[in-house]
Amino acid sequence: MLQVVLFNVTNGLIIGAFYVLMALGLSLILNLSNVINFAHGNFLALGGYTAFVLTPYIGFWGALLVSPLITAVLGLIIERLMIQRVYNRDPVYSLLLTFGLAFIIQDVCRYVFGPNGLPLGVPDAMAAPLSSDLFFITWYRIFNVAVVIIAVSGLFAFLRFTRVGVRIRAGTLDLETVAALGVNVRFLRSFNFGLGCLLAGLAGVLAGGQIGLNPNMGDDLLMPSFIAIIVGGVGSLTGTLIGGLLIGVAAALTTVVWPSGSEAVIYIIMAVVLILRPRGLMGEEGMLT
Amino acid sequence: MNSATTGTLASGRRSFDSRWTKLLIIWAVLLLAPLWLPLLGGYTALAGRVLVLGLAAMSFNLLLGFTGVMSFGHAAYFGLGAYGAGLTLKFLAASTPLALLMGTLLGGVAGAIVGLFIARRRGVYFAMATVAFGQIGFYIAYTWNDFTGGYDGLRGFSREPLHLGFTTIDIANNGTLFYYFLLFVFGLAVAAQGLMLASPFGRTLLAIRENERRARFLGIPIERHIWLSFTISCFFTGLAGSLYALLNNFADPMAMHYSLSGEIVIMAVMGGMRAFWGPLVGAAVFVVLQDYISSMTVNWMSFVGLLFVLVVLFFPRGLLGMLQRRGAE
Repeated sequence: MLQVVLFNVTNGLIIGAFYVLMALGLSLILNLSNVINFAHGNFLALGGYTAFVLTPYIGFWGALLVSPLITAVLGLIIERLMIQRVYNRDPVYSLLLTFGLAFIIQDVCRYVFGPNGLPLGVPDAMAAPLSSDLFFITWYRIFNVAVVIIAVSGLFAFLRFTRVGVRIRAGTLDLETVAALGVNVRFLRSFNFGLGCLLAGLAGVLAGGQIGLNPNMGDDLLMPSFIAIIVGGVGSLTGTLIGGLLIGVAAALTTVVWPSGSEAVIYIIMAVVLILRPRGLMGEEGMLT
Repeated sequence: MNSATTGTLASGRRSFDSRWTKLLIIWAVLLLAPLWLPLLGGYTALAGRVLVLGLAAMSFNLLLGFTGVMSFGHAAYFGLGAYGAGLTLKFLAASTPLALLMGTLLGGVAGAIVGLFIARRRGVYFAMATVAFGQIGFYIAYTWNDFTGGYDGLRGFSREPLHLGFTTIDIANNGTLFYYFLLFVFGLAVAAQGLMLASPFGRTLLAIRENERRARFLGIPIERHIWLSFTISCFFTGLAGSLYALLNNFADPMAMHYSLSGEIVIMAVMGGMRAFWGPLVGAAVFVVLQDYISSMTVNWMSFVGLLFVLVVLFFPRGLLGMLQRRGAE
């Protein structure tokens, strides 16, 4: 029993880590630009497929570094060409735009790489389990969690200590004032969008090594990421972090006692949080309304 | 009823005339569809699809176009309507009106409950909460295999002929009769929507759309109005969903998936969300294009996505919006 619980807790942490990477990227873009990026899961898939293409040439490690950057560049191009045009219009347009982009990217992935799953090879040493007792935990899983911890700490440090990071946080609170102070908001939004896509791309590579690649691999992560943001509180990245881990672990623990209810518990958590604390766990008063 | 809801300021005799001309054209086109559609290579079931999705888009547009809040989860209430009707026919009673009633109630009551959670939220946060809540329906339909048929959808029911006492209308086998049945229900629903929008309640919704803060200062209980508008919209969407189940004799979980929510939104925007009939026009264009493209290529998703992008970037006012503007100039 202990092993089953341990197995599911580690599973939950890993799934939660993917939720966190996805949700933090979504949250960054949502907070600064007021855009829900429905294509975020498809940027994740793009990151995974990029790694799949690059691995034969530069190896898994190289791909792990390069693919997120390429995803970010693709995101920047799409932001510059299309999304930027709708920032100042009714939010319904940005939603529809990213919705359409999600359809297109998913279909292109299916067209290029086929509808079936593809494996993303990870180095042999990583695929080995920790020990015979802990046969269910491979080194790759530990590595996943470590990378996510590093990436998340890096993101928070970046937002705290660099000039651009501080401006992004300031823009989240009051973009107009930031613009009035002479900050190039156009650049800030593009950069921020690219940053979000970078995180999605990283999640894509990690997830590809864990569960393999398929054209709609990001879709299953999108809804939990929305819920992580709602539960954590809109406007708070720390909240998103906590929300993602919370629903990841809760879903995994539910699997122990009620296997088919793992998704139900995510929605229940959302409903309970919205009843008890409508602004979310860490949300600022007034951000949600 | 019409120009009152489109918000055009043209007044007097002329707008009265043009309003009736417009109504006349729309109803002539709809009533005669079984006659002219085959000439263009269409089929009556396609026209039925336009009516059903058009009703869903018009019901959705009560929120987006006339209250100014954006739901991205309307597929849930559409799908609940479909499952409500299907399950009623399968397990409860072989009665088409009862199926419609149950489907509508299921969609509407679910909307009323979800509305309580989200009526305080605004803008993209409202949209995000509606998507997340909407997926609950998809998840239940997908998981609850024994009852809903799971991934394969709900089968094993079919619409029943209408028994009116003195006569029986065989909408089960006669496609044209069924189309007129759809059109009858559509007409009733749309008339109710039009009357609602022309009423003081509808005018209050417009006031909220135009300036929420000012409306609040006037003493209008904003949250209650948004909740009501959401609930009413969900009832009508549930009705559209029940009709959808009758049309296909089938209800599938994809009718609840958020991608259908997005399609409902694009229909409304493409047709013109500020025009009462806009969503119907958008639905017609969307359904016909989708039917045509999916028969041509397996990559129809790309084309649908491209349609989203093109509409947003180049035709944000929608078809009727552009016509209205041209007329105003």
